[in-house]
Amino acid sequence: MLYFARWKIALIFAVVIGGIVSILPNFMSAETLRNWPDWLPKSQIVLGLDLQGGAYLLYEVDERDYIDKSLATLTGEIRNELRKEPRIGYTGLTIQGDTAQVRIRDADKLEEARTRLEPLVNPLASSMLGGGGVNEFEMTVTDDGLIRFAFTEQGLNQRMAAIVQQSIEVIRRRVDELGNTEPNIQRQGTNRILVEAPGEQNPERLKSLVGQTAQLTFHLVDVTMSADQALQSRPPVGTIILNSIDEPAIPYLVEEVPLMTGEDLVDAQVSFNPQTNEPVVSFRLSTAGARKFANVTTQNVGRPFAIVLDNEVISAPRINEPITGGSGQISGNFSVESANDLAVLLRAGALPAKLSVIEERAIGPGLGQDSIDAGRTASLIGGALVVVFMVLAYGRLGFYADIALIVNVVLIFAALTLLQSTLTLPGIAGIVLTIGMAVDANVLIYERIREELRAGRSVISSIEAGFSRAFDTIVDANITTLIAAVVLFQLGSGPVRGFAVTLALGIFTTMFTAYTVTRFIVSIWIRRARPTHINI
Amino acid sequence: MKLLRLVPDNTKFRFMRFRFYSFPASLVLAALCIGLFFTVGLNYGIDFKGGSLIEMKTNGPADIAEIRSKLSALNLGDVQVQQFGDPDEVLVRLEQQDGDEQSQQLAINAVRETFADEVEFRRVEIVGPSVSGELATAGALGVGVALIGILIYVWIRFEWQFAIGAILTTVNDVIVTIGLFVVLQLDFTLSSIAAVLTIIGYSLNDTVVVYDRIRENLRRYKKMPLPELLDLSINETLTRTMMTSVTTLLALLALYLFGGEVIQSFTLAMIFGILIGTYSSIFLAAPMLILFNLRPAGGDKDDDKDKDKPAEGSAAASRTV
Repeated sequence: MLYFARWKIALIFAVVIGGIVSILPNFMSAETLRNWPDWLPKSQIVLGLDLQGGAYLLYEVDERDYIDKSLATLTGEIRNELRKEPRIGYTGLTIQGDTAQVRIRDADKLEEARTRLEPLVNPLASSMLGGGGVNEFEMTVTDDGLIRFAFTEQGLNQRMAAIVQQSIEVIRRRVDELGNTEPNIQRQGTNRILVEAPGEQNPERLKSLVGQTAQLTFHLVDVTMSADQALQSRPPVGTIILNSIDEPAIPYLVEEVPLMTGEDLVDAQVSFNPQTNEPVVSFRLSTAGARKFANVTTQNVGRPFAIVLDNEVISAPRINEPITGGSGQISGNFSVESANDLAVLLRAGALPAKLSVIEERAIGPGLGQDSIDAGRTASLIGGALVVVFMVLAYGRLGFYADIALIVNVVLIFAALTLLQSTLTLPGIAGIVLTIGMAVDANVLIYERIREELRAGRSVISSIEAGFSRAFDTIVDANITTLIAAVVLFQLGSGPVRGFAVTLALGIFTTMFTAYTVTRFIVSIWIRRARPTHINI
Repeated sequence: MKLLRLVPDNTKFRFMRFRFYSFPASLVLAALCIGLFFTVGLNYGIDFKGGSLIEMKTNGPADIAEIRSKLSALNLGDVQVQQFGDPDEVLVRLEQQDGDEQSQQLAINAVRETFADEVEFRRVEIVGPSVSGELATAGALGVGVALIGILIYVWIRFEWQFAIGAILTTVNDVIVTIGLFVVLQLDFTLSSIAAVLTIIGYSLNDTVVVYDRIRENLRRYKKMPLPELLDLSINETLTRTMMTSVTTLLALLALYLFGGEVIQSFTLAMIFGILIGTYSSIFLAAPMLILFNLRPAGGDKDDDKDKDKPAEGSAAASRTV
């Protein structure tokens, strides 16, 4: 039991030295690390948001919003199809819940209508597995002339998945512009997106940047009546009233169909108006967009048009001369920062659907540093108390257990560093708890040794029996805690996961250090000192 | 050097006698906790209830009354303001706002604007209604799954009596710990679930060590009456039980006193859980084996064929045919 094969000794040293080397980078500045030789590990422990500050945002794609919008589009398309020559008479084109429906007046034209509307079921591109066409809508036609479009479950799911994917791309482009060190953007479940930005100093800005749909549109302003008149009576057909972003908001009467959308944009940058020195956002249009823009501006010189972001009018300049160069400027009451944010949003493109924040956690860097300091103090004091206590209780063997405990903590940090798993505040708590519980294995062993000694066995055989007989108990006792840790990891989120990780790592390192490392040290002592008496 | 002894050597406490008190006492306590849980109820944090939490640091000592009056002017429903840690640190809780997810954001923005110039926002957390429900389900599920996992493990490693005894003991610990949350009205959050699961792990750890010794003694002393054997086993492991509790408590105490405000209720629950876990492994877990008739009175190994024998495999060597 107390004999160690050479390869085992080598392994123990390898693990301990490996552990020490792995945690070294954590004590060094970035400067020193850069000059660190390549063959040495360089990674540092990843600190959780709660320790370095930062933002955690969980977004959900607003399914309702998407359903409403696409049903609105669908009814528009139905109208267009039926109004095409030769017209088909219809009535009751409405949206009801998740369906759009229309009634064909003339029963004879029902078949014709069906053929025309058939393409609107909108077959979605089949998946990579080539599972065949999934239609977004299901069209049902009843004999009394009612045609109904309802979302298919599969179609909606596939669409949601695509929206989430596309949104992630857009968000990534936006967040990258912020220059945040390592944002983590990932999909969660079917319709959620997680955005984690460790170290982000300004979560508010991040949130406004990520969450905006950023649908840019240009609309001609309707000048046939003032917006106030329209508000009192009724806006003319084909126009809507949009408010400006100013406080208080100014209403504008604009044509409903946009002249252009953000998709025609290829670039947007902040620049300064040479006359007023105010920040403006200049944009460049795609070739097709430029042509369209040139046509519109030529035809409408003298008329104002509204630049609209997410249904709010940013500004409504007058078209002074045809703009044929394919570029333009958006002015508004911008600060340099807000102009810059708008440019970022325009460059990154619009989100395909509205996203809403359903969970948000933002930790200031100050609190993070405080938590690290508190955690460090608590660990040092807790560790010191345990260390002293073990020596008081078990003398020399207690001291050996303390060495194993220190190795244990080193190994936990080494594992955290190597696995690059995140250290959180509860994670620190997990380590402190491990410090308290780690000596349990030694306690079990030492109590066994004492029992054996009392039973009259020699020192060496008592120690051997102590180690070997306590082993099963140690394993049984630790596996139960491990089960709890695994469950925590599976079901927990964020910080709780961090706790589970350190707890589980602590169990493995404890089994190694408390059992093997202590046994190794004890065996060296026995071979050197050949004790006939042991104070335990 | 004279070494520290928490428990004298060779104790001979008659623990089994206590079962006539500990069982009813624990039953009453557990029933009381369940009753409180359903009447008073847990003080759910925003993780499970939804709503928002803001931790702010003011310049100089915080004027709680002023902050409260400013907040109530915003009409955000139930607002809690409390001092948190240092005198210049304040914790504000807003209840779940009516309306959709967006209204939560609006509420927070209103608070931010009101205090923008005076305070540092150290922490802002918002949990929407859909997420809070899911977190609650996941939490409850977690505790359930952990219990079942442990039940299966103990069942495989020991006998079914041990498994039942261990699980009942653990359930008791969970109930009493949750009772503590109710009585002290501690914030029940995701971290609290973590605390409860850790307590499960610890309490089981303690129980398993005692059970391990019982199993060993069952093989060694084939004719010893069960209560006597249980007493012997507990006494033999008593020093270890106390030592480990003390080291763990020392570490947790340091965490409670110096680990910062954020995890204080988390550590408090753990400290309490360690105490309960230690008590229950001695006074509930072992005597429960008598209740489940682990070894019928007299303990004659020839009377029974299999169910009272130690587990298969590890016990096979000691079995006589």
